[in-house]
Amino acid sequence: MKLYDVLIIGGGPAGLGAALEAKRNGADSVLILERDRELGGILNQCIHNGFGLHTFQEELTGPEYAARFIDQVKAEKIPYLLNTMVLDISPEKVVTAMNREEGLFEISAKAIILAMGCRERSRGALNIPGYRPAGIFSAGTAQRLVNMEGYLPGREVVILGSGDIGLIMARRMTLEGAKVKVVAELLPYSGGLKRNIVQCLDDFGIPLKLSHTVVDIQGKDRVTGITLAKVGPDRKPVPGTEEFYSCDTLLLSCGLIPENELSRGMGIRMNPVTSGPLVNESLETSIEGVFACGNVLHVHDLVDFVSKEAASAGKRGAEYVLGKREKNEYSFSLQIRPKGGVRYTVPAVIRPAYMEEEQIIRFRVGDVYKNHYISLYANGKRLVHRKRPVMAPGEMEEVKLTRQQLFDCGADSEIIVTLEEE
Amino acid sequence: MKYDVLIIGAGVCGSAVARELSRYQWKVGVLEKEEDVCCGTSKANSGIVHAGFDAPAGSMMAKLNVEGNRMMPELSRELDVPFRQNGSLVLCFREEEREKLQALYERGQQNGVPDLRILEQEELRKLEPNVSAEAVAALYAPTGGIVCPFGLTIALAENACTNGVDFYFDKNVTKIEKTAEEEQGRFRVFAGEEVFTADYVVNAAGVYADVFHNMVCETKLHITPRRGAYCLLDKEAGDLVAHTVFQLPSIYGKGVLVTPTVHGNLLVGPTASDMEDKEGTNTTGAELSELSEKAARSVTRLPMNQVITSFAGLRAHEDGGEFVIGEAEEAKGFIDCAGIESPGLTSAPAIGKMVARLIVEQRKPREKEDFCPVRKGVLNPAALSKTERARLIQEQPAYGTIICRCESISEGEIIDAVTRPLGAKSLDGVKRRTRAGMGRCQSGFCSPKTMEIIAREKGLPLESVTKSGKGSEIIQGRNKDRLSKEEKK
Repeated sequence: MKLYDVLIIGGGPAGLGAALEAKRNGADSVLILERDRELGGILNQCIHNGFGLHTFQEELTGPEYAARFIDQVKAEKIPYLLNTMVLDISPEKVVTAMNREEGLFEISAKAIILAMGCRERSRGALNIPGYRPAGIFSAGTAQRLVNMEGYLPGREVVILGSGDIGLIMARRMTLEGAKVKVVAELLPYSGGLKRNIVQCLDDFGIPLKLSHTVVDIQGKDRVTGITLAKVGPDRKPVPGTEEFYSCDTLLLSCGLIPENELSRGMGIRMNPVTSGPLVNESLETSIEGVFACGNVLHVHDLVDFVSKEAASAGKRGAEYVLGKREKNEYSFSLQIRPKGGVRYTVPAVIRPAYMEEEQIIRFRVGDVYKNHYISLYANGKRLVHRKRPVMAPGEMEEVKLTRQQLFDCGADSEIIVTLEEE
Repeated sequence: MKYDVLIIGAGVCGSAVARELSRYQWKVGVLEKEEDVCCGTSKANSGIVHAGFDAPAGSMMAKLNVEGNRMMPELSRELDVPFRQNGSLVLCFREEEREKLQALYERGQQNGVPDLRILEQEELRKLEPNVSAEAVAALYAPTGGIVCPFGLTIALAENACTNGVDFYFDKNVTKIEKTAEEEQGRFRVFAGEEVFTADYVVNAAGVYADVFHNMVCETKLHITPRRGAYCLLDKEAGDLVAHTVFQLPSIYGKGVLVTPTVHGNLLVGPTASDMEDKEGTNTTGAELSELSEKAARSVTRLPMNQVITSFAGLRAHEDGGEFVIGEAEEAKGFIDCAGIESPGLTSAPAIGKMVARLIVEQRKPREKEDFCPVRKGVLNPAALSKTERARLIQEQPAYGTIICRCESISEGEIIDAVTRPLGAKSLDGVKRRTRAGMGRCQSGFCSPKTMEIIAREKGLPLESVTKSGKGSEIIQGRNKDRLSKEEKK
């Protein structure tokens, strides 16, 4: 069985970024396994711009952003296998995969980086009542059909969910000649980036109906219309508020779910809030030498942050393989406890001994907060207190912590990340 | 077109009859209004092989249920259909209702259901740890089972087809006439532009069986489509229960069942609401919430947040509440196969035999010497050993490309489903034959790829690929195809 230093599961932005940094930090043999027919992942269907502002200080399209990384992977001569599906990973890091050329094969690795991305919540998972005709698409499926294949999935469109892909698709469908009648959102606020609401809905006069959901789908063969209703504070439809929209297409952009079937199969401990693995400061999961980054870990809004996280996972993977992690008196673990509106944190655990000079802690809030402070406490001492004019569930937040800060306060129990008013 | 026997409806009963008739030397045809087999009641039900204790003693339902149950193990081997005898339990929640449980036990005995037992709470909990603590006792039927309803119907039809039965799809029968004595064939059957003649017509039209019966008989049948909604849960919830768990009919109404499926999901359902619309397979919010409430009574910690899809099917409920099977008194040669509601799926193989016997006894056709009862299903690479699977991919590389990642379905399996006899023409057809698109992402990732494979194998443009036949085209055009030149800029 062939043994690699670092095996990367997934060739999207997370996998590409992790592979590069693993290689650059001394891992000799790195291999990327990708299930689709090309590297780049979902970026390939994101033909709008706005990618790379943080990483490259310029606005790129998704395929351009991916190409920057793919070029580097090729320059570094990092091998990759396409159309290759990983069927199973054992806790001992033996990967069973298959493709047309090599058939079913096993390879093992000293370190594994999980970068499988996420999937969209389906109509079934949302349990929307009604008929089951053609014309109901997740926004990403429609995006693939339009942007990669050149086909129009429908002409009169209603979109449920104001996630970023839904907003982007509202604009794209309009530009391709479809009529987008309305975007409905269950919550009283949008799950997407503010800039997308402005550029994709407002600029095209597409109405956004907050606190609304689809309560019926009509049409036996093809969608002929849907019924929207207002929802109350309990998010249940309010009788009497139903409104019919004739349309031939319903797009769903109602959240993304990290694809962790392989992780669960390995027995990795998961965070029920993110549906991603629980990781420490090195982005290492509950299985030593197995790391996770990108949307498989927690759903991101910006690919730039995925790349940054992936680079960190790649570097840590290489260090693990090279045995650069000696235990010392600071090898103990500090749990990070999310509190007061903070839903989760990545990482969930920090071992001061293995921290970089500066540690980024990423998180999401559970509601819209105006003029609140992000506070971080260790040993009862407030180490960070930073004001944010607006925080919303749709935008990932971060807080930075230096190793020195932790040492100075003599942290030895837990770290609390929370939101505070004045 | 002239046939000895014409069957209306390619559901599980029509297909079972077709397969039984295909043992003989005569011309048999099947007319189906949809684009594929298994598109009506047969595709949306509990997938249960009932033990046979429900139906009243002495009824046709009871007899055919027990007989169908007995046939299923061998038939599923012959036809390569996923089937498992997982046993079923009927829960009794209140001491006062024990009498009802006992009555059910006795009815089962009378119906000839083997090995029935009443379990006390302790034994029940040992057998099925996740049943509700409220359950005080249960009727245990080890011969109860689960089957893939698509698998069974498709297999019966495929086997009938390879043994010479003609299947016609998108053929909506609009009129049936009795012919004059001297003419060839006793019936003229009109379907669209075409006219078929036949000596025998088997009416296996599900919720439409009353319509066809009433075309040739004065004594009318009346079928009510009784809708049942279901929720299908992720495979992660699939081992919550090992047995099919029913509830005793009680003051809370007829309970819903919770069962594993042969493919490892968990199925919860059905509700029951009488409809007017014979195509009314929509679900409603009220039905879906009713399901969650009722099912939670049987099983603790039912993870309804793991639902991956919900659907509804229509039971063909005849006013008499009994199967109507046999030659219509007022129309010689017109064989009804009507009112086939639960336990219809279980009974179908026995119904097939019964209907075939009726015609064969009158007609006395010669048996085919080359009848082949064996059918191989779509190859399931996951069932192979690693070495066998590696060899398969070497010989047929299409088995090395996974198309549906949730269910791990390869391109090879999809090509097989599309190109075999009575092959799939649509996304739903592929789904029912291979499970591609039936997993937790509900075809979000694989549908564009599956569409490409169907288009390529059928030599069709992508635009004409449908979800489930004409009118359900997935794609509506090309980008910018209706924009003016100026708008395009």
